[in-house]
Amino acid sequence: MKDYLAFLRRSFALSFVGDWRYYAWMTLLTVIALIGLNAWAVQMAQGLGTTGMTNQVSWGAYIANFTYFVGIAAAAVMLVIPAYLYKTEPLKKVVIFGELLAVAVIVVCLAFVTVDLGRPDRFWHMIPLIGKFNWPISMLSWDVVALSGYLLLNMHIAGYLIYKQYLDEAPNPKFYKPFVFISIVWAISIHTVTAFLYVGLGGRSFWHSAIVAPRFLASAFAAGPSLIILTFQVIRHFTRMKVEDEALFLLRRIVVVAMVINLFLLMSELFAEFYPHTFHVASAEYLWFGLHGADKLVPWIWIAVTLNVIATAIFLSARSHRLVWLNAACVLAIVGIWVEKGMGLIVPGFVPTPLGEVVEYGPTFNESLVCLGILALGALLYTIMIRVAIPVVLGGLRREA
Amino acid sequence: MSNDLVQIGRRSFLKRASVAVAGVTGVMASLSPLKEVVGDIDIEAWLQQHYHELSPEQMKDVLARLEADAKRTYGVDVKVQDIKPRPDTKFAYALNLGVCVGCRKCAYACEKENNVSRSPGMQYIRVLEMDKGGVNLETANHQYDPETVPKPDKYYMPVQCHQCDNPSCVKACPVNATWKEPDGIVVVDYNWCIGCRYCEAACPYWARRFNFEKPILPKEEINTNTAYLSNRPRPQGVMEKCTFCLHRTREGRYPACLEVCPTGARVFGNLYDPKSEIRYVLENKRVFVLKEEVGTVPNFFYFFEA
Repeated sequence: MKDYLAFLRRSFALSFVGDWRYYAWMTLLTVIALIGLNAWAVQMAQGLGTTGMTNQVSWGAYIANFTYFVGIAAAAVMLVIPAYLYKTEPLKKVVIFGELLAVAVIVVCLAFVTVDLGRPDRFWHMIPLIGKFNWPISMLSWDVVALSGYLLLNMHIAGYLIYKQYLDEAPNPKFYKPFVFISIVWAISIHTVTAFLYVGLGGRSFWHSAIVAPRFLASAFAAGPSLIILTFQVIRHFTRMKVEDEALFLLRRIVVVAMVINLFLLMSELFAEFYPHTFHVASAEYLWFGLHGADKLVPWIWIAVTLNVIATAIFLSARSHRLVWLNAACVLAIVGIWVEKGMGLIVPGFVPTPLGEVVEYGPTFNESLVCLGILALGALLYTIMIRVAIPVVLGGLRREA
Repeated sequence: MSNDLVQIGRRSFLKRASVAVAGVTGVMASLSPLKEVVGDIDIEAWLQQHYHELSPEQMKDVLARLEADAKRTYGVDVKVQDIKPRPDTKFAYALNLGVCVGCRKCAYACEKENNVSRSPGMQYIRVLEMDKGGVNLETANHQYDPETVPKPDKYYMPVQCHQCDNPSCVKACPVNATWKEPDGIVVVDYNWCIGCRYCEAACPYWARRFNFEKPILPKEEINTNTAYLSNRPRPQGVMEKCTFCLHRTREGRYPACLEVCPTGARVFGNLYDPKSEIRYVLENKRVFVLKEEVGTVPNFFYFFEA
């Protein structure tokens, strides 16, 4: 216990130590996070009227980002599976950074739902036993369980392994292996449950489609590892942590398959919507071509799909064996999927309304600041975590005698 | 971050202290917009239990507090009661589309009766101007505004909460802040709702409303006869909806929308009372429900009779 407190104290102290680039980066993130906090305070005081949301489009950028980042968090499993199940060496060495990324990203997700609440002060109503938790009926209650469970699992696995290394002791497989296997299933579940949030609404035909959960997983396993590929290169550039190219190219293979499946599922969805052309096509029509003159999302979705198609083409070509091309494809995939399954999935579910009214949505400046603040918070958390993890992994930070 | 082996000396203490001070100042400054609402914080309200957990004594205190809140906010003496459902009662509604002229009197009467915020899009009743030849909501006109109604070749369809027997909104709520009462009315505990708006996304009839800001209520138009589960003034950031005017109907009166209807298009009553008007309509007219295919089993029926 004493050792553990000392470890936490030293970790905390360590997060304030670095060269000027580190300070510049951390200061920048802190400032953005505080600006976001300020924007959230404005929103709490004045109400969600400070956002672009209305009674017609009652979810927007917050829930869109939430959905996207749940996928990113789930995608850590694409490192965990090869590392633990197939014992792929280059990935085994870096899997801990994927698990830490999942921790930071889940915090981001929880922050996005929290800022979306009209009454965040009443969060305790959701705590089982103290409040009233509508589990197992409400899909939202399932999502709360899934996300907090995933957060705890990854915190435990990564925290335990890092702490054991800090103590210079061999980790006891009993204390983390079972959790690793649970976390694999759990990762799939967080994104499935998030998809079921939408699929479970029979009155919203745009979401009420069995293909949403598979699409979520496919796009997550494309965007998530893409982000990890880029993150690992940043880590090896700025720290003494070595990440082998082989690890990156192993991830590339996962992304290739996921991108192709994602495009295929998208095409299946489009066929089911547009070929029969029932009344239920209205939302898809709004997204892809505009409805009754409302077409705010149209350019975005076409840009997103173009990016995804180009990314897939690069991933499939031999060029993606060169890092420059791989990185370019990763950026395109991350952005393309962010638009496609973020705003491109959430907003059209509300347009037209169940009574046929067409009201458009766009985030306000204040709402965008809140979003940026949350992203900065996530980056800040991740930087601190790897700031501590790297010296431990490399053997520089050990228990004091 | 090349310096992985860290020696924390005394000199860095000053540095760290200044970082800490800067951090705390930054957070405080960021939160400063909350200063204007700090005065509204009420620990007792914050700790208030769910409607179903309140003892009669606690409910008395809560009602007194809500009345005091209303007095402070609007300067009006509002009476807030906890009106319970009557036994052997299940309310249902029927609407004769053959005579509705689309005057929207119901929507405005409802707004006033229920102390609904006057901000746009909050009215519980949405009247749709429909093309004859089908029930196509997608071509419905929500913003129709002619000199006189009805227009030829159109019919008018008011939509409000259908008080479903299988309500998707109730299923959606993560904290049981909305539920179906024994008399069939779906209600919201405005003091328990966390404002996630999942119910609003779940409703196939677009019947639920969220308070995106503090409700805008002209003082002189406030209805002072209110109930905890229906028309008492609502706080910012929570859901609300049509309750079939339970503060009226549970005391044997008609809902405000029915009372104001100039054409007698609206029929309301107790399904368990064989002599009620609603039973007569359901037994003798060819009624239908809207969006039967979504399976929510509404207690709101439509029929056409000229």
